[in-house]
Amino acid sequence: MRIRAQIGMVLNLDKCIGCHTCSVTCKNVWTSRDGVEYAWFNNVETKPGTGYPTDWENQARWKGGWERTKSGKLQPRQGSKWRILANIFANPNMPEIDDYYEPFDFDYDHLKSAPEMEAFPTARPRSKITGERIEKIEKGPNWEEILGGEFSKRSQDYNFEGIQKEIYGEYENTFMMYLPRLCEHCLNPTCVSSCPSGAIYKREEDGIVLIDQEKCRGWRMCVSGCPYKKVYYNWSTGKSEKCTLCYPRIESGNPTVCSETCVGRIRYLGVMLYDADKIEEAANAEDTTDLYDAQLGVFLDPNDPAVIEAARADGIPEDWIKAAQESPIWKMAMEWKVAFPLHPEYRTLPMVWYIPPLSPIQNAAEAGAIGMDGDMPDVRNLRIPLRYLANMLTAGDEAPVATALERMLAMRSYMRAKTVDGVNDEAVAARVGLTGAMIEDMYKIMALADYEDRFVIPTTHREQVEDAYDLKGGCGFTDGNGCSTGVSKGSLFGGAKKPLKMPKEVM
Amino acid sequence: MFESYDIDYFIFGIMPYVALTVLIVGSIARYERDPFTWKSSSSQLLRQKQLFWGSVLFHVGIIVVFFGHLVGLFTPIWVLDALGVPYALKQWLAVLVGGVAGVFALIGASMLIHRRVTDPRIWQTTSFADIGILVLIWLQLFIGLGTIFLTLQHMDGSEMVRFMTWSQSVVMLNLNAWAMVVDVHWLYKTHIFLGLLITILFPFTRLVHIFSGFAAPVRYLLARPGYQIVRSRRQTPLPPRREPGARPAAAGAPGSAPSTPAE
Repeated sequence: MRIRAQIGMVLNLDKCIGCHTCSVTCKNVWTSRDGVEYAWFNNVETKPGTGYPTDWENQARWKGGWERTKSGKLQPRQGSKWRILANIFANPNMPEIDDYYEPFDFDYDHLKSAPEMEAFPTARPRSKITGERIEKIEKGPNWEEILGGEFSKRSQDYNFEGIQKEIYGEYENTFMMYLPRLCEHCLNPTCVSSCPSGAIYKREEDGIVLIDQEKCRGWRMCVSGCPYKKVYYNWSTGKSEKCTLCYPRIESGNPTVCSETCVGRIRYLGVMLYDADKIEEAANAEDTTDLYDAQLGVFLDPNDPAVIEAARADGIPEDWIKAAQESPIWKMAMEWKVAFPLHPEYRTLPMVWYIPPLSPIQNAAEAGAIGMDGDMPDVRNLRIPLRYLANMLTAGDEAPVATALERMLAMRSYMRAKTVDGVNDEAVAARVGLTGAMIEDMYKIMALADYEDRFVIPTTHREQVEDAYDLKGGCGFTDGNGCSTGVSKGSLFGGAKKPLKMPKEVM
Repeated sequence: MFESYDIDYFIFGIMPYVALTVLIVGSIARYERDPFTWKSSSSQLLRQKQLFWGSVLFHVGIIVVFFGHLVGLFTPIWVLDALGVPYALKQWLAVLVGGVAGVFALIGASMLIHRRVTDPRIWQTTSFADIGILVLIWLQLFIGLGTIFLTLQHMDGSEMVRFMTWSQSVVMLNLNAWAMVVDVHWLYKTHIFLGLLITILFPFTRLVHIFSGFAAPVRYLLARPGYQIVRSRRQTPLPPRREPGARPAAAGAPGSAPSTPAE
């Protein structure tokens, strides 16, 4: 047994308004550089849709994540170590930049420098790779925003698996939701496993998965290994990059940029304790529908005295144990069971979890009789098909998602009775397996969502992990080579690709 | 070309040592000083087209050719004699294997050059070193294949033995080694010169990824028992792992799925 701590995240999709503030602030901080214009460490997709990069959930095509072999062994879907090495010259499972989108900019300068003409000057698009004119932009980072595009394309969405999807193409039955996505900082990451150089690693103290930029050789196996397509190859530096969970902020007790700036207050950060020795067994559960429960089994109760004692012995600092006890992640994932991992069937044991969204009652107006389960609406009548959410969050097992949605409905019902009628309706709580006190706690964390309740982040214990004397004269955080910028101008060894000079409009 | 012995002395007597020194010192300097620039510089993300066949043919071909040269040139001649391998047989083997692999590599390199020059995405992101080294290698492959026609005119292995003696003498620090190859055809000489030039340019181009390519299988297959890597920054080592339940347990079996009030 080995107890480790992990910073986990929960996103309450029920409150996501799809404003993309997370994506934009992340972009400004992390990927506003040459070579990663196309990369969004955090992006928000409209579902149903094929997402970004297109069709990323289709693992038959991209071979991301893990598979359980016939002999019951766990190995990356793109192949064993030998197979991965054999693909080193050309990776057959890697997306091309057009699968994301060709980055572009506009001739803004033309707007003010154009001579007098009959027509208004326009700012036409140019490729950020070649500088060439793009006549028509074919794809962008959020091409299916608010159900953009025809249903026949959007319905290629993998989560329609096992659903008669045709009726959802009809205007009356259409539904949508937002799915913000970032690196999952998995307990069993395939990117780490796929890297022949050993450049990717999980941090022992907080579970953040990082790419060592000095050890990365650009073999690109992580890009295809990650089933969430959240490792991006920087075509300028020739290295792979990914979400860092804003570790410089996390280390000092601050939430990630995406979480801090979320206007809907949907994001939660907190500590989870888990048993590292149970990971492999959990990831190798026989049926994919067992994987959600198996992952729950890896987490350890931070209030259990035996766990606390073992955590201390394994060097987990006291304030981290305390943070684990107050963790909003623990409450939502383990106590209330309203949060779920994204695509547990990839067997990566992801650590960014999602609360499924409630949706309007289907056909309520015309039916007149809403399907009711007692005095609460039946979650199977919600506009977003239960199976759709289950395909996304529990490998198709509808029961846990139904329970979560019922608990969220019960929370509304209970709080309405309390604030409007002044009644504490314990019966509603009991029907979904909760108590009134628990529902009020849920309400505080999930509905009010105060800053201190959303983000319970202990600081890194620098006294344990580094010698301050070594940091004397250090450069803090850099993108590449210690104090060097990585763009070694005039260096014998070259550096990044030469920066693109955007051609000016010639009249 | 190569009429003056001074040039012969420089290329075959001195240049090998310059090349090896630059290769070793330059590579160490780059690895130590600027590890961020040490990479394969793949352009697969920008364009897949032509890359698969171009890259696979080129790499497989050139790896066979490289090890062919390594084994062919540096196997001591007494080993051949002891094993009773006729020189002519070894030469036939070299011509056949090297010829086929060389053609593979040349086709691959041609595809890669074509892709690099004609595709605007790749061309825009190509540095002088990128295209320069690729053209040099293409030329080297072309000349190398050209020498086969010379070799076919004397299949007794005598020429081959001279090259073996030369390279082995260079390694043995025999300063008269250059004299072994002064009389060979200029095409062979050009081939050797280009080889040494590429060796000199090695640390300053993307070729450094060759080292990583050879290291990768060792690292990945042998030095890494499982799949996962966890890095710790702790200064004091963690205690050894415990069996679940091996410590004074309080309430609840440790490690089992925690029960929650909700259940």
